[in-house]
Amino acid sequence: MTTAALPLLRRTRVASSVIPGFAPALGFTLFYLSLVVLLPLAALLLKAAGTTFEQWGRILGDSRVLSALGLSFGGAFAAALINAVFGLLVAWVLVRYSFPGRKIIDALVDLPFALPTAVAGIALTALYAPNGWLGRHLEPLGLKVAFTPLGVVVAMVFIGLPFVVRTVEPVLQDVDLELEEAAASLGADRLQTFFRVILPAIAPSLLTGFSLALARAVGEYGSVIFIAGNLPGVSEIAPLLIITKLEQYDYVGATAIAAVMLAISFTLLLAVNLLQKWRRARMGA
Amino acid sequence: MSNHAIREPVAVRWTLTAVALGFLALFLALPLAAVLTEAFAKGWGAYLRALATDVTLSSIRLTLIVAAISVPLNVVFGLTASWAIAKFDFRGKSLLISLIELPFSVSPVISGLIYVLLFGLQGLLGPFLAAHDFRVIFAVPGIVLATIFVTFPFVARELIPLMEEQGREEEEAALTLGASGLRTFWLVTLPNVRWGLLYGVLLCNARAMGEFGAVSVVSGHIRGLTNTMPLHVEILYNEYDFVGAFAVASLLALLAVVTLAAKTALEWWHRDELTATSH
Amino acid sequence: MTRSLLIDDIRQILLPLVVAVLAAMTLAWAIPGARAAEPRTLLNVSYDPTRELYQAVNDAFIKSWKAKTGEDIKINQSHGGSGKQARSVIDGLEADVVTLALAYDIDAIADKAKLLDGKWQGRLGYNSAPYTSTIVFLVRKGNPKQIKDWNDLVKPGVAVITPNPKTSGGARWNYLAAWGYELNRTNGDQAKAEDFVTRLFKNVPVLDSGARGSTVTFAQRGLGDVLLAWENEAHLALQEFGGGFEIVTPSLSILAEPPVTVVDKVVDKRGTRAVAEAYLQFLYTPEAQGIIAKNFYRPRDPEAIRLTTSAFAPVKLFTIDDVFGGWRKAQAEHFADGGVFDRISAAKK
Repeated sequence: MTTAALPLLRRTRVASSVIPGFAPALGFTLFYLSLVVLLPLAALLLKAAGTTFEQWGRILGDSRVLSALGLSFGGAFAAALINAVFGLLVAWVLVRYSFPGRKIIDALVDLPFALPTAVAGIALTALYAPNGWLGRHLEPLGLKVAFTPLGVVVAMVFIGLPFVVRTVEPVLQDVDLELEEAAASLGADRLQTFFRVILPAIAPSLLTGFSLALARAVGEYGSVIFIAGNLPGVSEIAPLLIITKLEQYDYVGATAIAAVMLAISFTLLLAVNLLQKWRRARMGA
Repeated sequence: MSNHAIREPVAVRWTLTAVALGFLALFLALPLAAVLTEAFAKGWGAYLRALATDVTLSSIRLTLIVAAISVPLNVVFGLTASWAIAKFDFRGKSLLISLIELPFSVSPVISGLIYVLLFGLQGLLGPFLAAHDFRVIFAVPGIVLATIFVTFPFVARELIPLMEEQGREEEEAALTLGASGLRTFWLVTLPNVRWGLLYGVLLCNARAMGEFGAVSVVSGHIRGLTNTMPLHVEILYNEYDFVGAFAVASLLALLAVVTLAAKTALEWWHRDELTATSH
Repeated sequence: MTRSLLIDDIRQILLPLVVAVLAAMTLAWAIPGARAAEPRTLLNVSYDPTRELYQAVNDAFIKSWKAKTGEDIKINQSHGGSGKQARSVIDGLEADVVTLALAYDIDAIADKAKLLDGKWQGRLGYNSAPYTSTIVFLVRKGNPKQIKDWNDLVKPGVAVITPNPKTSGGARWNYLAAWGYELNRTNGDQAKAEDFVTRLFKNVPVLDSGARGSTVTFAQRGLGDVLLAWENEAHLALQEFGGGFEIVTPSLSILAEPPVTVVDKVVDKRGTRAVAEAYLQFLYTPEAQGIIAKNFYRPRDPEAIRLTTSAFAPVKLFTIDDVFGGWRKAQAEHFADGGVFDRISAAKK
């Protein structure tokens, strides 16, 4: 994989820079990347490549596999949307307004990065179970969170939140206030200024945050299995299915699902990075 | 923000703040509170007793070892990768960045699985390793490898945008003035990104200590030998030792809160420099 | 801002890193060396509910081994879902002995990794299962839904908690016990049995991946009216969660025989065969059988059975060999992908 990528990675503007160390830096980067990420992943793809076309069809045509993939990607999409909206709001409040304890709350945003996912799952289940602090009050309203697909989304929102807040925050800090003033003096109200001036400026970072939150939530396992209920076809996520297949010694099935998830996630990340590059190029021009 | 025209009405500000804080309370503060409540459900004595057992201490030790190996390696990688990506132009940069970010989106379960496929007895290298009596999975090396994989992008991802934003002028100036490349990196680049680096290290470390899914697949779950803290939490929980489980969990949560608070304090302390160096 | 200040700051960041790397390398180097000086170890890879049992058994065996040979040994334990544990052994977890929930998982180790003889089950007494258990119901205090037997579980409005048969050994016993009950009632009508189990799983709101997860869901989270559990798990839950529950023993259930065996290739490589075999034989001694009964497993030793009859409710038991033709057949028919359980899950929707 590395050797194929090398011509692509050839430096384009050699003459224009006096900065040294390109070859060793890129060399080491590629070496470490290959060793830690690409080689192990290649082992996975190799295993998956040994799967016949017919096996692929049988594994991926299984309604249980399809609904698990659907839940993982659908739930992750919903969670990433919620995070995009509320993450933007949180970033906005943290950047633009001052209130007591703002610093502490700012630090708290990173909690999902640091808390082990299993602990997060157990804590969320304890909260949202029918006899939990929150579940107790939601149950009479007919709202069941724990052990339903809704619980899956809640766990995914938890783990994805910092991605959006942390990517939007610095950009929001840099938004030029003069532009907003100009918009205001031209008669735009706050809402118009937000949608016409601020949102376009932070949209790329919001998109990055959204895609990272999405990608992270798709593969999430530890926090979700505790709260999901794990009913086949209803609240069973794809990573659990991989584990299930592994435990039945079905390595082919496990690697096939893993390969599909990997391909979709990578395409997603690549698309977002290309989009950002295209935007930078357009803005630079 | 003195200009009246670009401020929202007080009512709007209050509502937005209230909604944002409510959301954070619901999703972040409450789970944290639940962990602490359970941990201290039977008081301080039970909490400390739960932590002082041999197996718990050995899980703490293993977690520290794993983080002490994987974090520095990823820091070195993060620095070189961001140097290569931010200071030079080359084709395929988006692809490279996407590949670096890939472990973010690989399910932890898959991250464990790949090492099983590679080093497991039925895997590609497994028979060779077994013949030479060298154990990777179900031993410390496997846990370290899985942790490195999972925390791989954290430092690089913090540094790449930061270095890109800061441009190359300062380095170019230093180099034209006769400084060596290494000296330039040491004296110009590194100071400029140190806050991002610090933040990346903290996140990388927190994730390294807290990783569950990937480590669970390669650990073998041997009590006192290959259980990291997150795995030990699960084991205690499965033994109906809820105080013990949440006590260990609270240590990890505490670690997160303390490191993040330390970072905030450091930033506040050095805020003069910070405004001087930031652009 | 001066340069030197910056350098100080860099040192502050980098110095700890360098120290950490050196410390880590020393530690990584020191660990294998330190291990050599420790006493000989055995690794027992077991399934979830046996934690308390083997804690007690290990203590007793270490004492007995010391008395017999003068050697100090250490026994390491690994617990998890039975299938997951078997897979770990297949993938290279060096277990000297495996003590799993069902014979199929040990068969898998013999088949897929060739780590032990395919005829392992004849090596020790009672099908290599030194203790047995069965499947019972745990209900809430006072039995508000009046659950007495298997047919009460399929009634509308009864929520049944069981782990996932795909991932949990205990859940497979649950499933087969229900199937066997209906088969017995209808004089062997397989279609009726499938319909019965389908209706039972319609009443299941949560499928945890392991037996312990289900117990927590039922006892701690307050979900469901009845938990299908190992008899020993049900007793343990009564002990751990207090008086809020009672055990209901159905009229007919399955004889669960959790087997044990030595992993030949591992013990020969590590030179632990003698102690590993002694460890498993110890399970059949009156001392261990007493510990087994105390941990709510049904002992095999007639004397231990006589002493503990009061602890175990009488129940008619059938075996998997009689009703399902053994584990391999049951696994292929019911739990493999595309098997009956998949059909039942699909019908649920």
